[in-house]
Amino acid sequence: MRGSLVHKNLLTALLLAPATLWLVVFLVLPFVAIAIFSVGERAPEGGYQAALTFAQYANLPARATAFWNTMVLAPIGALACLLVAYPVAYYLALRAPQRWRLILLALIVIPFWTSLLMRTYAWMYILGGRGIPALLAYVGIEDLRLINTPGAVLLGIVYGYLPLMILPIYVSLERLDRRLLEASADLGAAPLSTFIGVTLRLSLPGVMTGFSLVMILLLGEYLIPTLLGGGKVFFIGNALVDLFLQSRNWPFGSAIAITLVLVSVVVLIAANRISTRLSGARRVDLI
Amino acid sequence: MRAFVVAVFAFLYLPIALVVLFSFNAGHHASEFTGFSVQWYGKALSNPFLVEALKNSLFIATTSALLAAFCGTAAALGLQRVGVRTRALFDALLGAAIVVPGVVIGISTLVALVQLFAVVNPFLASLWPTDQPPRLALGYGSIIAAHGLFSMALVTMIVGTRLSSLDRNLVEASSDLYATPLTTFRSIVLPQIMPAVIAGFLLAFTFSFDDFIIAFFVAGAQTTLPIYVFASIRRGVTPEINAIATIVLAASVLLVLLAQWQLGRRKPSP
Repeated sequence: MRGSLVHKNLLTALLLAPATLWLVVFLVLPFVAIAIFSVGERAPEGGYQAALTFAQYANLPARATAFWNTMVLAPIGALACLLVAYPVAYYLALRAPQRWRLILLALIVIPFWTSLLMRTYAWMYILGGRGIPALLAYVGIEDLRLINTPGAVLLGIVYGYLPLMILPIYVSLERLDRRLLEASADLGAAPLSTFIGVTLRLSLPGVMTGFSLVMILLLGEYLIPTLLGGGKVFFIGNALVDLFLQSRNWPFGSAIAITLVLVSVVVLIAANRISTRLSGARRVDLI
Repeated sequence: MRAFVVAVFAFLYLPIALVVLFSFNAGHHASEFTGFSVQWYGKALSNPFLVEALKNSLFIATTSALLAAFCGTAAALGLQRVGVRTRALFDALLGAAIVVPGVVIGISTLVALVQLFAVVNPFLASLWPTDQPPRLALGYGSIIAAHGLFSMALVTMIVGTRLSSLDRNLVEASSDLYATPLTTFRSIVLPQIMPAVIAGFLLAFTFSFDDFIIAFFVAGAQTTLPIYVFASIRRGVTPEINAIATIVLAASVLLVLLAQWQLGRRKPSP
């Protein structure tokens, strides 16, 4: 009996060992390393020099623009995604003919799993001088700058993250009990109040999932602001690349990275709180 | 609403269509289509730097996805056997591996590895009998490990979900019929989780193949395809890049369809 218990524990340990090793060496230790770096100083020739100072954190306002752009464009981007995604998810879940549903859904997912880099650079054509501005010049609108603007970055965000927003909303709408819609109509609710009171309400957890997913990913975005913002619309990700690979100010970069992770955690916790409350409200409603 | 949905699909596919269209462009320019030609495919595939980057990416994606599928599956199986606390801790770490932005994963791995090498390399040199001691450096290994971290977490979650919906009656029936644990595992559990493992592998492969930002930090002297493409884009888009993008797009569509098909597969009937 005892022997078999030891045997079982040994097997469990063996199964978990590689993953544990991986998580410790490539997640926990690196995180500890940048936490230590973030209270250090920049060595004269770049890199890191041991110290215990919070000067790096006090210096965060030096990159205020990057923080500001990220903190403004991430929620606006997620909201824009949501506004475009909701009608699509609604149509796919509740209106599309049954046999088309899965095909249409696959068509939504496929772009998401193809290279974001390559899809984003296609927009460099479309928005660049020889794309839409050339077409507009044809009809007399000259000198319109589209690329390297916050608007272009926003467009890239909606384009890149739309599928990620559509999916969770689709799932929650798909699971919706259709009898509730009939009941609402039978009880004399107008279509709009059925939509707001039942459909929208019950899909809120999906909306929250999509919104927080997109928000979190946008906080660390680098490619879209680089390609479509042209160095004018800096995100935190851009500041980090600059600090680590160009100016080699590792301690300051580490402080920014730690702050970024903390912000992501706060966003996650807030999203969790809100969706717990939302599903709680739903439970009460259904009784 | 239908018109809106059609417009969204157009929005999603227009840029992809343009990339594919211009990869067949006879002319040099991105703005005008001057005739059909496959010359850029030939040029792309005879560009040694591009081919080297493509090979690197294929090697890295395959290795890290294989490692991730293997370790992730083992972890998912192991997690079925541990207490609530260990499980919660593990889930938190796996969640972190997925949620922490790629740029932070890249940076922290770079920083930690550089520190580690600074300690290990002189130590190796002091032990080595000859003048050319092996040196640890950034390269294939660091990219594979950093990509594998995210992928392994993903595989653990996908396989874990599948395991929790596994029909326990079959497992019990099997041991009631005096099958050894290994036989039960091979003939009951493994066939049921295999689609999830394969789907996890394919998604891990796609992620690694497509990742730019993590590789950008930890690649050292190596070049992966996204790094090469990124550098070329900044020098100006060429039809050559369109050709390679089209090949990659086509390949990833195939992989995704394969993954979906695996995940959707019914469990094999006994």
